[in-house]
Amino acid sequence: MYLKPKPLNKLKLRFETYQLIWQQMKSETERLQEELNKNLFDSLVEFLQTSHSGLWKNSKDWSCEIKLREIPTAALVLGVNVTDHDLTLRSLTEVLQNNVTPYVVSLQAKDCPDMKHFLQKLVSQLMDCKVDVQSKEKESVQVIQKNVHYSMDSLSAWYMSVTQKTDPKMPRKKRTSSSQWQSPPVVLILKDMESFTTKVLQDFIIISSQHLHEFPLILIFGIATSPVVIHRLLPHAVSSLLCIELFQSLSCKEHLTTVLDKLLLTTQFPFKLSEKVLQILTNIFLYHDFSIQNFIKGLQLSLLEHFYSQPLSVLCCNLPEAKRRIRFLSANQCENIRRLPSFRRYVEKQSSEKQVALLTSDKFLKEETQSLLENLHVYHKNYFLVLRCLHQFTSSLPKYPLGRQIRELYCMCLEKSIWDSEEYASVLQLLRLLAKDELMAMLQNCFKLFQSSSGKELGNTAKRIEEFLAQFQSLDETKEEEDTSQSQSKGLQKTDLYHLQKSLLEMKELRSTSKRQTKFEVLREQVVSFVDSLVREYLLPPDTQPLHETLYFSSAHTLRQHLNAAPRIALHTALNNPYYYLKNEALRSEEGCIPNVAPDICIAYKLHLECSRLINLVDWSEAFATVVTAAEKMDANSVTSEERNEIIHARFIRAVSELELLGFIKPTKQKTDHVARLTWGGC
Amino acid sequence: MTSTLELKADKMLKVQFVGDDDVLNHILDREGGPKIKKERAQLLVNTQKIIKKPENELEEDDQEVLKDHNYVEVLGQDVQESLKNGSATDGGNKVYPFQNRKHPEKMAKLASELAKTPRKSVSLNMKNDPKITIDIPQCSKGKILPQLFKESFQELLQIINNDKSEFLSTAPRGLRKRLIVPRSHSDSESEYSASNSEDDEGVAQEYEEDTNEDILSQKIQAQNREVSAPVFRETPSKKMKREKTSHLVEKYFEAHSSSKVLTSDRTLQKLKRAKLDQQTLHNLLSKVSPSFSAELKQLNQQHEQLFHKWMLQLHLGFNIVLYGLGSKRDLLERFRTTMLQDCIHIVINGFFPGISVKSVLNSVTEVLDHVGTFRSVLDQLEWITNKFKEDSSLELFLLIHNLDSQMLRGDKSQQIIGQLSSLRNIYLIASIDHLNAPLMWDHAKQSLYNWLWYETTTYSHYTEETSYENSLLVKQSGSLPLSSLIHVLRSLTPNARGIFRLLIKYQLDNQDNPSYTGLCFQDFYQQCREAFLVNSDLTLRAQLTEFRDHKLIRTKKGTDGVEYLLIPVDNGILTDFLENEEEEL
Repeated sequence: MYLKPKPLNKLKLRFETYQLIWQQMKSETERLQEELNKNLFDSLVEFLQTSHSGLWKNSKDWSCEIKLREIPTAALVLGVNVTDHDLTLRSLTEVLQNNVTPYVVSLQAKDCPDMKHFLQKLVSQLMDCKVDVQSKEKESVQVIQKNVHYSMDSLSAWYMSVTQKTDPKMPRKKRTSSSQWQSPPVVLILKDMESFTTKVLQDFIIISSQHLHEFPLILIFGIATSPVVIHRLLPHAVSSLLCIELFQSLSCKEHLTTVLDKLLLTTQFPFKLSEKVLQILTNIFLYHDFSIQNFIKGLQLSLLEHFYSQPLSVLCCNLPEAKRRIRFLSANQCENIRRLPSFRRYVEKQSSEKQVALLTSDKFLKEETQSLLENLHVYHKNYFLVLRCLHQFTSSLPKYPLGRQIRELYCMCLEKSIWDSEEYASVLQLLRLLAKDELMAMLQNCFKLFQSSSGKELGNTAKRIEEFLAQFQSLDETKEEEDTSQSQSKGLQKTDLYHLQKSLLEMKELRSTSKRQTKFEVLREQVVSFVDSLVREYLLPPDTQPLHETLYFSSAHTLRQHLNAAPRIALHTALNNPYYYLKNEALRSEEGCIPNVAPDICIAYKLHLECSRLINLVDWSEAFATVVTAAEKMDANSVTSEERNEIIHARFIRAVSELELLGFIKPTKQKTDHVARLTWGGC
Repeated sequence: MTSTLELKADKMLKVQFVGDDDVLNHILDREGGPKIKKERAQLLVNTQKIIKKPENELEEDDQEVLKDHNYVEVLGQDVQESLKNGSATDGGNKVYPFQNRKHPEKMAKLASELAKTPRKSVSLNMKNDPKITIDIPQCSKGKILPQLFKESFQELLQIINNDKSEFLSTAPRGLRKRLIVPRSHSDSESEYSASNSEDDEGVAQEYEEDTNEDILSQKIQAQNREVSAPVFRETPSKKMKREKTSHLVEKYFEAHSSSKVLTSDRTLQKLKRAKLDQQTLHNLLSKVSPSFSAELKQLNQQHEQLFHKWMLQLHLGFNIVLYGLGSKRDLLERFRTTMLQDCIHIVINGFFPGISVKSVLNSVTEVLDHVGTFRSVLDQLEWITNKFKEDSSLELFLLIHNLDSQMLRGDKSQQIIGQLSSLRNIYLIASIDHLNAPLMWDHAKQSLYNWLWYETTTYSHYTEETSYENSLLVKQSGSLPLSSLIHVLRSLTPNARGIFRLLIKYQLDNQDNPSYTGLCFQDFYQQCREAFLVNSDLTLRAQLTEFRDHKLIRTKKGTDGVEYLLIPVDNGILTDFLENEEEEL
């Protein structure tokens, strides 16, 4: 709706398509996240339930008071991608609230600089939990309580009153499992355990362990680094009060692999990334933040950019819909299709009559486009199958010549024809050295892959693989037979030394000549060439396909510019080489120099680069005046010299204060009328 | 000859100047493997020299050439793409290289050169400039390392001059590479010959090298033997890398070792043109005719084309941050007037010295028609969050000029603004100017902000932004303290005013005395008594407490334990004030 108001309905269509695809992708990622976290959450819930029931039992049994002092604690190792933690913990809270207890509180370190704030936050959040549960009848009570001095005593008193009140009424909703407990536990999630003040943590743990019998607390530590920090933060006296169990969340790399697998390596979503874009996104992920959130943000941005900048992105939707849309393409858009480089290449390959038809008749073009799109769809279907198949073969080779992860393989295949690369050649070499059981396992996996897909195009392949497998199996049996027969025949003969030597030589020769001709080796060779043929047929790089521009987003540059910008460099370029931005011939200069007509700030900057840590303002201003006067002379300015000097001085002041705003210099008291440089060389 | 050449070549490898380039490459190499390297290469296509520095930069120059060459080769077709953005031109490595200790005269020299430069070539001027011949030995004082680089480079040059082909056949691989590239780069090989007869007008840079070479060559010849003594054979590349890092470290300490800074002692006072006040500055600047207005306009138009895109992206949950040289205030203002006429929007001038997060939040709550106050900033934020969650039709555009200003750059402020911007219906578009602005945000904050970065270099002057700052050379006009002085004193009793006037007069009488520390309490009491302003020690003290509360005076304990009173206001203002008072009387 905020797109440029050109042909409105087309743009609207594009925007709607974007919305649709993005919504689908988003819900898919959310679903994935849930799925991936499911295991972790299940085990956590189980832990909470058991620990709580233990607590409950113990609380009746007063004899084991020592054990009762131990607060059940789950240490949740979440990894360094701090930005993703929030989402995980939020869904964890939801799960816990649905399954275990309504009293789930999560605290962040920055809210709790001391014990008072800690308790305050805890209490207010607990109250909120309760208000949710019990409609809002007690709001007045809550307001009063806000001013009460918070202590663990008041907290446990509150807890008693709440549990006793709610029990007879049973007003809780949608908690079937938890209602079996008379008093649900209070779960406290510390989102970023590392950044809490040690003292606060220690105090809180000691105090709450005293109150554990009346206030059933369970802690969950969110840990970004490693579980060792618990012991570093808490002395033994404190950590002995905790009954810690460790939980490990899924590593973010695996998460990324799954996301890529489900979003990009599939025909479910028509939108695809080109090699460079994918490379940038994964690099940002791997070298900057390990954040899935950011990766998805990048994906969203590329999707948006694609739909914003590519007019033909209307065709980036599912196949039937795209076919329908082709029928309604305007003449203008047909022209757009004709202008696509990939389409032009395609046209050039056609016969001359067809060329004419394609270039003149819109109707014919539309029909052709439909079939091309269909081809593209089929191409992708096969592409991903074969890609996965190849990945099966390459992922376990020594040294991983084509990468360990499928995304690396995918990148290589996107970039160029993979079979031309050295790595691929070495992969084939290595495949030729594989042992039978390894090869068979790989084939087995591939077979499963091909079978699971419903595609008819590659149905043949599945059959071929099956045949190979059968041949290997039969090879097994025959070989065994051969072996036994040979050993039997040889073993029975009695010979003298001469004959023995002779027969040994014969055997040796036999072996060396027949080395190539072992049945297994022949078969292995066949398998390798089969894989090779598959790759050559189906893993063509996408830019060989006509109309690939409609589906592939390739403007890696914009993406990097918007996601991973470099403000300092931009600043430097602007100051150092104004011609780059202001295309005026007067500003063109040999490298390293700037002309004296450049903007004032550039000149001042240039001059200041010559100084070390401190800059004398007088010198600077004189140097500036020299340069500027030289420039003025050429302009033949006719102002009196005194006034001109004044003006130049004013310009210098402006340039200097601008540099100060930009953070290159700052005033200093070290020496009168000096400023300090703040970039390298200055402090 | 051959063997000595080799030896020299090895030496060459050993004492090598290390550009930040190399170090960065080196680091990246370790981290990212070939992929990353390629990416960086893309960035580096247009490396340009910062500035000509005759000594020891010569060599870097050559390396640069080598790099340019390689990068272009690696990625031929990407050059075009990267040209779109300034941030792509330089790899960042050259942005702020280590400084060598520089001679104070350097700036003046550069200025004179720049001034002389008609537009293009420095070459002929340079050659005739006697200054340079003097300057180079001067610079070499106390600079052992750069000297070494320079020398080894000179050696290399000499070697090329003497016997190019022979050298090429024997030099180790690395060196050979370095030799070949400059040759292919320069149009004429003759520039490396000692007797430079051809006058190539266009290539100013290379002329410089020549001139320096000429001057230095005799000197270097003499020093060659000395230098070669401590150098022994060491070729492996691993060694080289270690060398590189160690050199970098040395350079750092070199830059920071001297507590003394060599600058001239001139002060602005000697120069009659002292501080200007804001008004005259403004008047003077208005007389300057703007240059390159056509280009600037074009630049602005390019940015304006993005407005629709910004709107779209803001609505899709991204926030936009603008960076680049030049004030982005006008640009944002135009964005506001063209796109946001029908929307609720708030403009926040971050550069205003009185701004705080509190005031940002206040203006938001004001827009939302909230009456009453909040106990804390967090409460206020919570209220806003709830308000926006309840009413999904509510939309608010937040324009912040200079999000990185002094007042807003604090961790807490950024956290709160970040939380605000992460709300679904608050759209934030902000500008940053400070060099280190991105350091404000850690990963957590960045994910809150959900930035999309846009480079908008405008070259506009930071007129508004700098007008508030206590700028270096701008005299405070003092209108603010004067009016506050008058206001405070009006509310006092006549006696109190008299007391204060006494103090002012005393201070003005002593304004030429550099060792004046203030009026001693006892003397002051005496004077006040004589003027019938107070009748006891206690009343005076009570008065002084009042002054102190209004920050009109400051007391200081002297060395003898006696209190001294001082008015911490500029003398000029005091004079104005006295005149003002007398007029009223």
